[in-house]
Amino acid sequence: MNRTTIDLWVGVFVAMGIAALLFLALKVGSISGSEIRSPYTLSAHFDNIGGLKVRAPVKSAGVLVGRVEQIRYDNERFQAEVVFTVDGRYKFPVDTFANILTSGLLGEQYLGLDPGGEEKTLAPGEVIKKTQSAVVLEKLISQFMFGKAADGEPAPAK
Amino acid sequence: MGGVFRKLGSMAIDMVWQLGFIARFFWLILYYSGQSFTRLRLTIRELYFSGVLSLLIILVSGLFVGLVLGLQGYEILQRYGSTDAMGTMVALSLLRELGPVVAGLLFASRAGSAVTAEIGLMKVTEQLKAMDMMAVSPIARVVAPRFWGGVVSMPLLAAMFSAMGIFGGWLIGVVFIGVDNGAFWSQMQAAVDFRYDVLNGVIKSCAFGVAVALIAVFEGYDCVPTAEGVSRAITRTVVSSALAILALDFVMTSFMFRGL
Repeated sequence: MNRTTIDLWVGVFVAMGIAALLFLALKVGSISGSEIRSPYTLSAHFDNIGGLKVRAPVKSAGVLVGRVEQIRYDNERFQAEVVFTVDGRYKFPVDTFANILTSGLLGEQYLGLDPGGEEKTLAPGEVIKKTQSAVVLEKLISQFMFGKAADGEPAPAK
Repeated sequence: MGGVFRKLGSMAIDMVWQLGFIARFFWLILYYSGQSFTRLRLTIRELYFSGVLSLLIILVSGLFVGLVLGLQGYEILQRYGSTDAMGTMVALSLLRELGPVVAGLLFASRAGSAVTAEIGLMKVTEQLKAMDMMAVSPIARVVAPRFWGGVVSMPLLAAMFSAMGIFGGWLIGVVFIGVDNGAFWSQMQAAVDFRYDVLNGVIKSCAFGVAVALIAVFEGYDCVPTAEGVSRAITRTVVSSALAILALDFVMTSFMFRGL
């Protein structure tokens, strides 16, 4: 096998390998997936964050607008403090409502932002006041059952 | 009774001696690498023999692994009505585990065994000694190019294996079964993270490349210089490479993927 043939084949081999890596990076892995530009941070307090995880998506109207950065326990308020980043292109009113929602019945949990009607927008580092905790299925079921029991009580007294 | 302990002791000493020898050998390869890179053509030649000539088996196996993953994935996912997640399943299992591991095993048996046989035969015919006599370091001339040829070609082969496997999964899922093309790719892109999945897979394949190449050149260099010794060395290359790949894979997986 002469020199130029070997060079040609090795060149083709390396080019194919790099092409495969690029395919994996761009087409399969969407390197541009984390396209949150010039992010700013906001935070919110929740009574219960359920199964929310760091790096969970922050969505508004179903569109990805940011990511959860940090979750910690605030021992003074006995609440969870969730710090998250939001894409710099998006501004939210000060009376925005932060909910912890679940995508699908068994899906991952995410932070949903429902914008309010105020003119003033949240500045970087500000805290969202209005929050709603994650729905804990056990609590929902127990409320439903106790509700039923309370409804059923007066009946035998008649 | 004393005989049993004597045997155990000699086994332990042999093992430690061998470990020390392989570590020193690794250091020597790195030490002589600079010298061997001044004649880069040798390394390119080895890249041809261990990389280009392994292309066919890697691409064909990748395609078949992808096809099988597609069929099995569809069979399981349709029970839960989530066949759209097929792309995710195929891509993640290939990128994280199957790509590096299966490509590594194939590479060890296709290229590693050839390298061992070549160096072993050089030792049998006393070519290595002859080089030494002519003041040509056999490690710089023979061993280091083969080592680096393996180290460079392994990650490239693993990436091609994964890409081919994903193509195979796409072929089964989208072309033959009729999973929605858009859902296949978009779900895959949403689930596959570049750093967490793709890059960790590449790191794995680099580590396997170093392990396989080192074992192959070491077994060849260390073999008993007889026909039987060479054949045993080749067997040992394939067996210890496979074990090293699987053990390293477990260790690296447990560090890389533990769910945040």
